[in-house]
Amino acid sequence: MIDIKELTILALEELKGNIARTTLTMLGIVIGIGSVITIMSLGEGSTQSIVDQISTFGTNVITVFPGKARRGPGMSGGTFDTLVKQDATAILELPNIEAVSGIVSGQKTLVFEENSVSSSVNGVEYDYAQIQSLEFSQGDFLNENDIYSMTRNVVLGDEIVEELFGEEAFVVGERVRIDRKTFKIVGIIKDSSSAIVPISTAQKILFGHDHYSSISVRVIDNQIMEQTLTNIENLLLKQHKISNPDNADFYLRSPQQMIESMSNVTGILTTVLSGIAAISLLVGGIGIMNIMLVTVTERTKDIGLLKAIGAKRKDILSQFLIESLVLTLVGGVLGVVIGTVLTYFVSTAMSIPFVVSLKSILLAVGVSATVGLLFGFYPAKKASELNPIDALRYE
Amino acid sequence: MKKNKNNPLIKFDRITKTYITGPVKYQALKGIDIEIYRGEFIAIIGHSGSGKSTTMNLMGALDSPTSGNYFLKGKNISHYNQDELAEIRNKEIGFIFQSYNLLPRTTVLKNVERPMLYAGYPEEERKKRAIEMLKAVGLADKASNLSNHISGGQIQRVAIARALTMNPSILLADEPTGNLDTKTAHQVMKFLVQLNKKGSTIILITHEDDIAVFANRIIKITDGLIESHDYKLKTTSFIT
Repeated sequence: MIDIKELTILALEELKGNIARTTLTMLGIVIGIGSVITIMSLGEGSTQSIVDQISTFGTNVITVFPGKARRGPGMSGGTFDTLVKQDATAILELPNIEAVSGIVSGQKTLVFEENSVSSSVNGVEYDYAQIQSLEFSQGDFLNENDIYSMTRNVVLGDEIVEELFGEEAFVVGERVRIDRKTFKIVGIIKDSSSAIVPISTAQKILFGHDHYSSISVRVIDNQIMEQTLTNIENLLLKQHKISNPDNADFYLRSPQQMIESMSNVTGILTTVLSGIAAISLLVGGIGIMNIMLVTVTERTKDIGLLKAIGAKRKDILSQFLIESLVLTLVGGVLGVVIGTVLTYFVSTAMSIPFVVSLKSILLAVGVSATVGLLFGFYPAKKASELNPIDALRYE
Repeated sequence: MKKNKNNPLIKFDRITKTYITGPVKYQALKGIDIEIYRGEFIAIIGHSGSGKSTTMNLMGALDSPTSGNYFLKGKNISHYNQDELAEIRNKEIGFIFQSYNLLPRTTVLKNVERPMLYAGYPEEERKKRAIEMLKAVGLADKASNLSNHISGGQIQRVAIARALTMNPSILLADEPTGNLDTKTAHQVMKFLVQLNKKGSTIILITHEDDIAVFANRIIKITDGLIESHDYKLKTTSFIT
């Protein structure tokens, strides 16, 4: 039986005996694990942050886009003209639907005096404010009369206001120009970077077409979201006279799907960056192997002595393996601590949630142990196979 | 000395050892027969290159013979593999080397415990027995010292303590006093004599006559062959 506890104590004694070398060797692992932890945690933090943002739109909102479904986050449907008012009206008749708003949108330049800003301009219906749970810092939303009578009223996101008018400006009643047409500001939306105009204005005055860029749908009960999505899909397939769902000229995005696809993007990014960080772990591992080889050579006489007093191959093998394992595990734990501290500061600076998952810690510890075993094995095997007489004679 | 002719502790039966380095063959032992009995204090002497170190390596189960048979306690161990030999060394042989006897960055106590670690003794027993052994060599107070912080004579006594922990059949001492001054050397030798008197079988490898003189029987090796199984020294005994 190999006494792991005793071998660990002996390994610690040996490592303590050459503290400068131990520290430098460990540094490779500390940096590797530290960066993996930081990147993974920041990745999770940003995913969390995206999820939080999407959740504020409301988890009850489904968006219908024209065109073919694509991978990745759903954006407005560009040049497709397959969604029309009849679709929106029909969806509103389905069960579990609270409100529906068609949206006609595009990119426009907004101008106030000398300042201009390019922004997404959305022509929407009256229920849009309720569907998206918009909150206003100044003024109010467009009224029902605005929507269908092509009034030139606009509601601006506070970020646009800041660009055009500066911080804390009171702008309700001011006028901005969109496409050289003058619009009157009636309200300011919190945490937004788009401009909202009545849908009729968008269709007739700004974009010159009637088809929708998307349809926003608010469901009553999000427990039956899947069923509702299926209902909408079937309805629209019927409306558009399409028998094969694969040929659908529209696609649906639920908040869950948005979260999933955004998480996918940050997930891929995190994986790529972690991969790069893992290279430093590999370099650290090679450093460990190098030092362990030097250690074995230096301690050849020790090994000879230990073999003389009865150490078998497995005893020597496990002693050196445990030594490199201790080296990487201590390095791994230090890496986790440093990575966590770093994550805290970076996520505070980037104002994303501070998340260090157990998963990343376990992974880091697992990886460092593997590195220790993998890169410690060759030197340890070399040590265990030394001939006792040669080892004792080694000078 | 009373010899039990039927049961030699160690029996070398026409042992040869040939070293091959590239194209060069060197026969260090040319077929030797040795019998050593329980309770003997043997000195193996010979000039450098005579084959005495090879004899000690084979006797200590550190190496295997090229031909011939080595019986230890009646068991032929000539063809044992490395791990089997390690077990023999651990249980049957206590080594005392000329130098580098102890792990330098480890305490005296841990050094003495080591053979028991490899034999799988539990921690408490290891510690208890190691302290007993250190008491026996008069160094219990040095147990927690690092072994590079004690004197040469003390190191050899710790080595003896370690050699004794597993209660081996043989104590194999390879030039145990080579690095010590005359006074300390004689102290260590007297200690070995006492152990022998208490029943330990001791085999001493040396090239110094005034150390060999402590043994009861001297085996002299010359050019890979035994010159004498009971060599008489010409010098007078140092034992007082």
